[in-house]
Amino acid sequence: MKKYDVVTTISYPKKGAMGKTGNWRVFRPILDKKKCVKCLRCWIYCPEATIIRNKDDSVDIDYVYCKGCGICANVCKVKAITLEREGKKK
Amino acid sequence: MAIKDLPVEECYIPGCAACPGCPATMALRVVYKALGRNTVKIIPACCTAVIESLHPHTSFDIPTMNIAFEAAAAGASGVEAGFRMQGKTDITVVAWAGDGGTYDIGIQALSGALERNTNFIYICYNNEIYSNTGIQRSGATPYGAWTTTTVTGKTEFRKEMGEIIQAHHIPYAAQTCIAYPEDLFKKLQKAKSIHGPKYVEIMAPCPPGWRFPMEKTVEMGTMAVETGAWALYEVENDKVTFNGRSKLILEGKIERKPIEDWIKYQGRFRHLFKPKKDIKRIKAIEDHIDQMWERYRKCYQ
Ligand SMILES: Cc1ncc(C[n+]2csc(CCOP(=O)(O)OP(=O)(O)O)c2C)c(N)n1
Ligand code: SF4
Ligand code: SF4
Ligand code: SF4
Repeated sequence: MKKYDVVTTISYPKKGAMGKTGNWRVFRPILDKKKCVKCLRCWIYCPEATIIRNKDDSVDIDYVYCKGCGICANVCKVKAITLEREGKKK
Repeated sequence: MAIKDLPVEECYIPGCAACPGCPATMALRVVYKALGRNTVKIIPACCTAVIESLHPHTSFDIPTMNIAFEAAAAGASGVEAGFRMQGKTDITVVAWAGDGGTYDIGIQALSGALERNTNFIYICYNNEIYSNTGIQRSGATPYGAWTTTTVTGKTEFRKEMGEIIQAHHIPYAAQTCIAYPEDLFKKLQKAKSIHGPKYVEIMAPCPPGWRFPMEKTVEMGTMAVETGAWALYEVENDKVTFNGRSKLILEGKIERKPIEDWIKYQGRFRHLFKPKKDIKRIKAIEDHIDQMWERYRKCYQ
């Protein structure tokens, strides 16, 4: 009897499945922790899940994968996040 | 419910193929938070099938099955039946498709699954175009909008999917929007708790498709609701409840904002403003929305 194998392709979860998407960035979000009121708006709206929510509800930015869309800066009501052009001379 | 009450756990992993500012991944994160890990997702051809990223890797930490463009609800029906036969009744089966895959090519499979009383959640993220193949019109594209197949602006009005779904009299149907994550979360949790077919549609403004800057995705969602172009509501066994701002608009407690406040920031409507303001077509859009709200008031109060 002929044996039929079911051939499927399975992908497995991995961080950076499309590579280090932080390289796509033109503008870099810069967080001023002193201004942050921990409202978590940037965290919930970031399309890339690159706003890291800490235990005390403070936030950090994962620059390896952040695509620089600027949504976090735009939704922050106290302007704790600003955008800066990548590679700008300090 | 506040934003801080939403779970920290992520089933979406950073580094996917979506455009910066993508409404689909924004919504997916919240969807995963609401449904939890004991979920299986069926995805037809659409942006999300690309967003998943390239074999042998994926950005979704939840079992996902890809299927042909027209077959999301049929695939979900099969997966649900398979689990049921194995006695696995605690798994949430969810189909996740674009508006093209829902309003147009997948509508037959969807209608069939609803009619068969399939125990699953169907989610349509509605970016009002076929975005994956480069911005063609769909049944959800609004009147007047530019797409690559409606270069002078669409000449037809969008169909009212909510009313088509309601004609199936399913236990739960809802409309929500990426700009309101708490609303999205609550509606999906409710959908998860109900047995039978559930339909949830998410308004999902797409930066490249609508031609607006990528940092404005949330604002475009808020304005869709504030101008009344999109309504937040839920239908439980034929009982309709409007939510948030849409409730205030329905009850006449606030005026909906003029549609111009929303469309003038979208490049897909630029030809309605330049070189000369096209008052006739803008008014046609406005009138169409008024008619929609008239219907809402008549049928749903
Ligand atoms: C039968 C069939 N026709 C056409 C296609 C090509 N195709 C792939 S995705 C897509 C558009 C999907 O649009 P939509 O469902 O709105 O999702 P979006 O891309 O906007 O996320 C098309 C036309 C296909 N895969 N299968
Ligand atoms: S710029 Fe965009 S991708 Fe980067 S952290 Fe902000 S919201 Fe997330
Ligand atoms: S949106 Fe602004 S204030 Fe709120 S958590 Fe983010 S950085 Fe802090
Ligand atoms: S085209 Fe729109 S929906 Fe598709 S990945 Fe890009 S932003 Fe997301």
